[in-house]
Amino acid sequence: MPAVKKHRIVDSITLDSIMSSLSDSKRIDGRGLLDYRDIEIETNILKDKTNGSAKVKIGDTEVWAGVKVETANPFPDTPAEGVMTCNAEMLPICSQYIEPGPPDEDTIELSRVSDRGIRESGMIDVSELCIKEGELVYSVYIDVAVINEDGNLFDAVAYAGTAALLGADMSKFTIEDDEVKMLEERQKLPIKSLPISTTFAKIGDKIIIDPNADEQEIASARLTLVTDENGKYVSAQKGKPGGFTFDELKELSTISKDKGEEIRNKIKEAVENGA
Amino acid sequence: MSENNIERISGRATDELRNVSIKAGVIKNADGSALIEFGKNKIMAAVFGPKEVHPKHMMVSDRAIIKCRYHMMPFSTDTRKRPNLSRREIEISKVIREAVQPAIIMENYPRTAIEIYIEILQSDGGSRCAAINAASTALADAGINMRDLVSACAAGKANGQVVLDVDDQEDKTGEADMPIAMLPNMDLITLFQLDGNLSKEEFDQALELAKIGCNKLYNLQKDALSEKYFNENNGKEEE
Repeated sequence: MPAVKKHRIVDSITLDSIMSSLSDSKRIDGRGLLDYRDIEIETNILKDKTNGSAKVKIGDTEVWAGVKVETANPFPDTPAEGVMTCNAEMLPICSQYIEPGPPDEDTIELSRVSDRGIRESGMIDVSELCIKEGELVYSVYIDVAVINEDGNLFDAVAYAGTAALLGADMSKFTIEDDEVKMLEERQKLPIKSLPISTTFAKIGDKIIIDPNADEQEIASARLTLVTDENGKYVSAQKGKPGGFTFDELKELSTISKDKGEEIRNKIKEAVENGA
Repeated sequence: MSENNIERISGRATDELRNVSIKAGVIKNADGSALIEFGKNKIMAAVFGPKEVHPKHMMVSDRAIIKCRYHMMPFSTDTRKRPNLSRREIEISKVIREAVQPAIIMENYPRTAIEIYIEILQSDGGSRCAAINAASTALADAGINMRDLVSACAAGKANGQVVLDVDDQEDKTGEADMPIAMLPNMDLITLFQLDGNLSKEEFDQALELAKIGCNKLYNLQKDALSEKYFNENNGKEEE
């Protein structure tokens, strides 16, 4: 329950220039309030050991995701469903403010929010991950490594995780004489939806999208909204000790849907190119 | 809300809360405390401070720091919960701290710590919202300078309709859960989470419904505080 940890230091010159740009409705790096930085997505970057992988860069933020599909016993309360977990790790190489050790509450939040986005959207149909009810199911592990931190990890981790899943495959199986046999032949994962995360930050009374590390540090509040391709809201998380008004939330939910559509196409394109 | 409502599992109306009762000042040793019963939830919150910061390096020279722990007792759930803090509890501790912090005038207490301990003794759906209501009542009971109380309530979707105050059963079988905390006088939402599946109309509808719920909780919190501080009989008993 730490209330104070090693925080990024934003020097006063940077702070001043962020604030004066914002008062002209501009960003320190020349973007508009609702512009993303360049998003680069590359899939199948770790072909030898993973079953699916992706690298995502949003500006200088860089994350790598790897998917492993293994088999496991199902949970007793869901005997006919496969297992899926998404986990994010802040590597000590990603920033001078991150130290090795067990995940702190920020990293736990990042992990859990990215997991919820994928889970709640029903992106993976877990009922199709069942091999033999009550005995054997596929378990899909999505692990995301933060390589370089420059803000908006919530979106970067989500895009890398979903892009890696889209390109991932798993082995086929047969059941002969009640015995499960895993085959060499591969099949795609049962993907049903493509959730897209969008993250906003509030600085003073201005709201920006895709905050960089400095903007994120000085923001009073952060909001991540996840939408699916039907324009439904599947997950959300407010962070940082500030707040949003009801009108702001309603407006941001509309923006989130439109931006989400653009980014969804970008991810689909990247997966097609990487296949 | 629409007239032809489908019956909820609990038989409640779509904009009806579960039974809620809040009592302030239930723990003698704490500087402030509250007990909330919210449906089957039984939650105690205690506030200590402003007090010396420990460890010292966490001290901030121009304001207080807030520490918050949300903890579930092993007996509070259907199957015994392991006593150590889970990742879920760590995340909830963080979002609760960030939900109540905007209400606290931290500049009034430089170089101090304000500690909020939340203990879930019996759990039901919506425990994070119930916990926030208890915590902010406890903060007020501790006499901490605040801009407003923080009131929390969830809205969601169950059986195809948008409903207020999603309970455990509705959370498990329903389509969406959207817990919200707000500073009612400042119209500021300080906790906002969502999981499930909502259209734009349902999203806006759930927001409005949660706002109504928060305002109801706000009144109950104020009642609990005036019960302790302005009820003469109660005052005499205390002496």
